[in-house]
Amino acid sequence: MNNIFIYCEITEEGSIADVSLELLTKGRKLANQLSSKLEAVVFGNNISNLESQLFPFGVDIIHYANDSRLFPYTTLPHSSILMNLIREEKPQIVLFGATSVGRDLAPRIASALRCGLTADCTSLEIGNYDETRTQKEYQNLLYQIRPAFGGNIIATIVNPETRPQMATVREGVMKKEILSLTYKGSIKKIDVGKWIKPEDFIVKIIERHVESQKINIKSAQIIIAGGYGVGSKENFKLLFELADLIGAQVGASRAAVDSGLIEHERQIGQTGVTVRPKLYIACGISGAVQHRAGMDQSAQIISINTDPNAPINQIADYVVIGSVLDVIPKMIKYYKKNSK
Amino acid sequence: MSFRIIVLAKQVPDTRNVGKDAMKADGTVNRAALPAIFNPEDLNALELALRIKTQINGAEIILLTMGPSRAAEIIREALYRGADAGYLITDRKFAGSDTLATSYAISLAIKKLAPYDLVICGRQAIDGDTAQVGPQTAEKLHIPQITYVEDVISVNTQHIVVKRRLERGIEIVSTPFPVLVTVHGSAPACRPRNSKLIMKYKHARTITELQDEIKDYTELYSHRPYLNIEEWNVNDLNADTEMLGLSGSPTKVKKIENVVFQHKESKSFTSNDQDIDSLMKELIDSHVIG
Repeated sequence: MNNIFIYCEITEEGSIADVSLELLTKGRKLANQLSSKLEAVVFGNNISNLESQLFPFGVDIIHYANDSRLFPYTTLPHSSILMNLIREEKPQIVLFGATSVGRDLAPRIASALRCGLTADCTSLEIGNYDETRTQKEYQNLLYQIRPAFGGNIIATIVNPETRPQMATVREGVMKKEILSLTYKGSIKKIDVGKWIKPEDFIVKIIERHVESQKINIKSAQIIIAGGYGVGSKENFKLLFELADLIGAQVGASRAAVDSGLIEHERQIGQTGVTVRPKLYIACGISGAVQHRAGMDQSAQIISINTDPNAPINQIADYVVIGSVLDVIPKMIKYYKKNSK
Repeated sequence: MSFRIIVLAKQVPDTRNVGKDAMKADGTVNRAALPAIFNPEDLNALELALRIKTQINGAEIILLTMGPSRAAEIIREALYRGADAGYLITDRKFAGSDTLATSYAISLAIKKLAPYDLVICGRQAIDGDTAQVGPQTAEKLHIPQITYVEDVISVNTQHIVVKRRLERGIEIVSTPFPVLVTVHGSAPACRPRNSKLIMKYKHARTITELQDEIKDYTELYSHRPYLNIEEWNVNDLNADTEMLGLSGSPTKVKKIENVVFQHKESKSFTSNDQDIDSLMKELIDSHVIG
């Protein structure tokens, strides 16, 4: 007991999702700080190479439930197994990706176990807490740090009394890093029949069209992001042209995605991806707090905007006042001219 | 047999458009200055409820909200759009409740409104942004949940088929009732107020609001009971006060920091050729671009 559990999600291809590998990386560090073990929880259907996918991240135990009814994810079978597993194993911390799976499952588990859950954490640390009301002191609690109020405040949340301490974390917030290719743990197979009831299958998936992740802008070193100011799908082609030239990936603000200018996978911000490139070129993006939350850790920021008062200009290193349609072709031209 | 839909909604400060008036001199947000609105995704939920109502004979929509007295405003907004009744659960003892304590109170109110078929709410509120209350309420009611719903494909008194919006695609999911559904912001926008319904419900009030009114509405209410917005407190719900407020909340806020506008030293350029030429030169020379 008292270990760190990471609930792992399965991709369409049957492998462990990136967000889960990122959480395993962080989980390993937390486990080291707390002198406890890192354990992965995997519910799926005949997942191949589970050991080689997970052990290198420093996983000590894999709890594996293998059943064809467990993929794709539905709430009730996963929550029945997980809540019972947690009751048996008593981890001190359980982490989930803040995805449509994690944000569906984690609150249901927290309600059943009557424990605390913090959603969409952007940072996790270990620290102490003094409760002024009861004069109690707590050691080695999980600090669950997250934006709230539409991104206008950052809150640090703790769960002093209840266990496990649970949190969901967005993809791209933690960095994925293998600990050692030779790390060896063990696998514990879960007896699925013990915890699943027929009523758990009352909700049925009739159809499912989910694409594999084709675009991954998280690890791009240079990102050119388009906002509502780009104006049209046609105009986005300019961004792609510049991106090809300088080796960048194309991203977008939520406004551009919501207007149908570009696909959701490229969305950067609070409800999209968090990125930390060495250069972020914002094209026609006003820079609402929710967008900035996803890119303000970029090393250098260029903002191209017709509005000199756009909020994003205040965090930019270079501000170009002008229209995207005018500036991007010139950037292409002068890049070609100046680079040898 | 009446088909009962309960829409869970929240009145929230409008955190999406923090304009200059809501910004204090030190760059932090003045929360009290933000207008109070009907949580956007709860409006999407209300719209789906209204569409379901047209598909089922005798269906009724009840809007349930937990909040201070002024939350009755969103009950009226729902009545103006086609909801049939509203319930406000309000009590000082709810203050400081996290999502677990909130879902406890809400589930007690829903149990009091049983039998019900569908509970529907927005995926998340724009102040807490947690998306936890829906699933936690479903767990307490021991009913299935379907989250991230974008649309209703078909519905009858026994069964509903919905479309879910996932990160990289969609799912079509079917379930019998009762079920709790959370609705994603990509669902159809809520219809506007209906002028006939505004006329009908504009005097709808909770008992607390009536006490503050200058006019005496007793005559009006005796003829039109539908103007009465029910108010329930901790006693009406038979709630265990240990499970409410701060004592019922396992999550505690250790610290809040305001996000302050950081002003950076930046270099300004116009869009003329000369400026862009020197910008690109500088970026290449400093190895920012290869």
